[in-house]
Amino acid sequence: MARFIIRRLLQMVGVVFILSLLLFLWLRSLPGGTVSAILGERATPETREALTRALGLDEPIWVQYFKFLQRAAEGNFGASTRVLPGADALDIFLTRLPATIELSFFALALAVAIAIPLGYISAKRANSPVDSGLVILSLVGVAVPVFFLAFFLQYQFAVEHNWLPVSGRQDSLGCTRVTNFFVLDGLLTRELDCTASALKHLVLPSLALATIPFAVIYRITRASVLEVLSEDYVRTAEAKGLTARVVRGRHVMRNALLPVVTTIGLQTGGLLAGAVLTEKVFNWGGIGNALADAFQYRDYSVLQVLILAAAMIYVVINLLVDISYAVIDPRVRTR
Amino acid sequence: MTLKRTAPLVLLTAAALSISACAESQRDDSGTGGNGSSDVKDTITFGAAGAPELFDPLYATDGETFRVTRQIHSGLLGIKPGTADVEPELAESWEPSEDGLSWTFKLRQGVTFSDGEPFNAEAVCYNLDRMYNQEGAGQTAAEYWTYFFGSFSDDPEGSLYKSCEAQDESTAVINVTRTTSSFPTILTLDSFSIQSPKALEEGDANNVQAEGEGFTYPEYSKNPVGIGPYKLESYDEANKTVTLVANESYYGEQPKTAKLVFKIIPDESTRRQELQAGSIDGYDLPNPVDWQGLEDAGNKVEVRPAFNILYMGLNPERNPKLQDLKVRQAIAHALNREQMVQSQLPEGATVASQFMPEAVSGYDESLEPYPYDPEKAKSLLKEAGAEGMTLKFAFPTEVSRPYMPDPQKIHAAFVKDLEAAGFTVEQVSKPWNGGYLDDVSANGAYDAWLLGWTGDYNAADNFLGTFFSNLKSNDFHTSVMPWGKTLAEDLKKADAVVDEDERATTYQDINRRIAEEYLPGIPISHSPPALVTSGKVDGLVASPLTAEEFDTVTVGK
Repeated sequence: MARFIIRRLLQMVGVVFILSLLLFLWLRSLPGGTVSAILGERATPETREALTRALGLDEPIWVQYFKFLQRAAEGNFGASTRVLPGADALDIFLTRLPATIELSFFALALAVAIAIPLGYISAKRANSPVDSGLVILSLVGVAVPVFFLAFFLQYQFAVEHNWLPVSGRQDSLGCTRVTNFFVLDGLLTRELDCTASALKHLVLPSLALATIPFAVIYRITRASVLEVLSEDYVRTAEAKGLTARVVRGRHVMRNALLPVVTTIGLQTGGLLAGAVLTEKVFNWGGIGNALADAFQYRDYSVLQVLILAAAMIYVVINLLVDISYAVIDPRVRTR
Repeated sequence: MTLKRTAPLVLLTAAALSISACAESQRDDSGTGGNGSSDVKDTITFGAAGAPELFDPLYATDGETFRVTRQIHSGLLGIKPGTADVEPELAESWEPSEDGLSWTFKLRQGVTFSDGEPFNAEAVCYNLDRMYNQEGAGQTAAEYWTYFFGSFSDDPEGSLYKSCEAQDESTAVINVTRTTSSFPTILTLDSFSIQSPKALEEGDANNVQAEGEGFTYPEYSKNPVGIGPYKLESYDEANKTVTLVANESYYGEQPKTAKLVFKIIPDESTRRQELQAGSIDGYDLPNPVDWQGLEDAGNKVEVRPAFNILYMGLNPERNPKLQDLKVRQAIAHALNREQMVQSQLPEGATVASQFMPEAVSGYDESLEPYPYDPEKAKSLLKEAGAEGMTLKFAFPTEVSRPYMPDPQKIHAAFVKDLEAAGFTVEQVSKPWNGGYLDDVSANGAYDAWLLGWTGDYNAADNFLGTFFSNLKSNDFHTSVMPWGKTLAEDLKKADAVVDEDERATTYQDINRRIAEEYLPGIPISHSPPALVTSGKVDGLVASPLTAEEFDTVTVGK
């Protein structure tokens, strides 16, 4: 097992290394660039040249890449030019990451909390009007684009009715920052109004983001419960006169939830992708927003860190999934 | 419910409590009580389109940064609210020596920086010398200094600035190397604000370093100390808000609203929704198509006087057919600018007859735009033997500028006009930061393109000089034209004329020649940018230079 993990980790280093090279070449082959983005209409040949030289962009690309590796090895990924000028690119990633995690976490929690009970109800009353209604709802959840739903919710609940905030993560209350998870920070520092404000801001974006995982988890739960309900042991349990609650908890759900748990794991990756759109609509200060800004203004240092970090997270999640398979199925290990 | 099930919750709570032991609230709750008067709010919240880069304006380059630094810093000269005219700020009066090379500034007395340090002639000279003595990466980062003063102390020949002497406590003399219409007007620019020498020193303010593909800035750039109605309280990067509070030591009147919050909302439609929901009190650059709707909803759309120019640039080097004046005139007659202005630009926009707006001294009022006349365009093209000539005409995507709200639509209208007049148009587009600007200015890759300019201050040189003074390299490639050199030299001469009236006449003459004899590009339009506030906001004066001050603003409850 240890050898398996070590081998996979070594592979991961290779993947990140190759990705960093491709990314580096790709970014620099894009038309335009940092220099134009910074200088704008004011660019003169002289200032353009001076800035190119100052940023080291006049050197051969291999030299640039080598220097980048050298710095990266020391944990220095360069300074941002636009997202937060002068700030360390890695710091930007670390301050923005909690925002994205917070949003994804609440969206997933919301999806799970709603989808599993509804999936169960649907299966219990399969083919009833309630079931059909819920199935249609889940189809809508998959079909409606996240950003459309985001705009819709924003307009209905924030602009039209003013029940919830339009955008952002928190009102400007002068809250103390500890972990940059705003909900948690408010609890830690006992600034409960900060937590309340953060929660209020979370409602609409997490609702918008929750639709896709909701639909998927609901359908899997329904299918899985349906399957389990027809098993002999359920019939036996019912026949021997166990209460409905015990049958549901101990016999149906416990067995039906295994595939659901796997699905939830798989949804996490897709959630991060959906978060980019949701963040844009709700002006959410997370990774997705930073990525969009960095790309628009060709903020190379930040782009490099964000993309590499995202790739690393993805690879790690994959590794964890593989490890869990290896634990379950010994045959995987020998390959 | 068993212990097993509740255990994670208990653990989580315990963990939270244990961390909270070391997480203290650092919030300062003072000041929320306010001044007791109950009909106005104690906070203005303004929706900014972008994050400020930093708070030391010397190294700043964009409008969103200057919007913030303007509230916390002052320069020697200021801008009269609602105009582009110069007025006294930290200097009460100024006057040039006979030869125009030495300027004496009488300073306001009894002024202190927000850290309590005194403002005096020494502080003024310290600041100018600091800018002049930038080294290494600091020189590149101090973009506005390079742009307006030329070079630094390691290349004194190329610098407009020469030296500064503190004659006495309240008299500073600034020496320059040549006379130019730009000086002392450029001292109104935010980049050249006067900051506290002590704070600059202690914050290691000049320590800019190249790091990877960017610069790192010293601590000072996050903790600026200047003279302004407000001072910086915090920049909450995680929550994208900048908070300013009243500066009690400000020499002028205290701001009418004690707290000023900039909420960074890059997306224009989100800003509009925030305003509609009442969570911000105003924002900049509402889309012109929304103006009417915003006003109908009870908001105030403040239209700024237009201080910009949109033009169609032409490159006679890439396409030699464009060297023929008749071809360029044919383009001018072919474009239906009147209709484009009416259908694409906001109310108050005008067709341009020359490369600068009316408010700038040196504008020639007698000039008329080339009238729309497709027939004449056709016959001019025929005379030039260039019928059906191909024109590679480009526009930028992923951008909206104050002078050009929707580049694609403007481009589309002109393509139709050009084709109707007998041109063959090759249409090109590129993202603004994705190669467009490089193709226009560095690569000269288009025959014709859309671009514009918003003035920095009231001087003809800031427009005409920007476009045509640099003969060696300018977007219009005037070096291949027989008159290119004359134009560049005449512009430099005009800029050096000391007498204002004489200078204005000289520029008027140049404007006439540009329009009638040279026509290096086609001036299109001047478009007034707006900003919008809720109906409860009072006292905001729209500035043509987008240099609004917030200290006079109140927000009703």
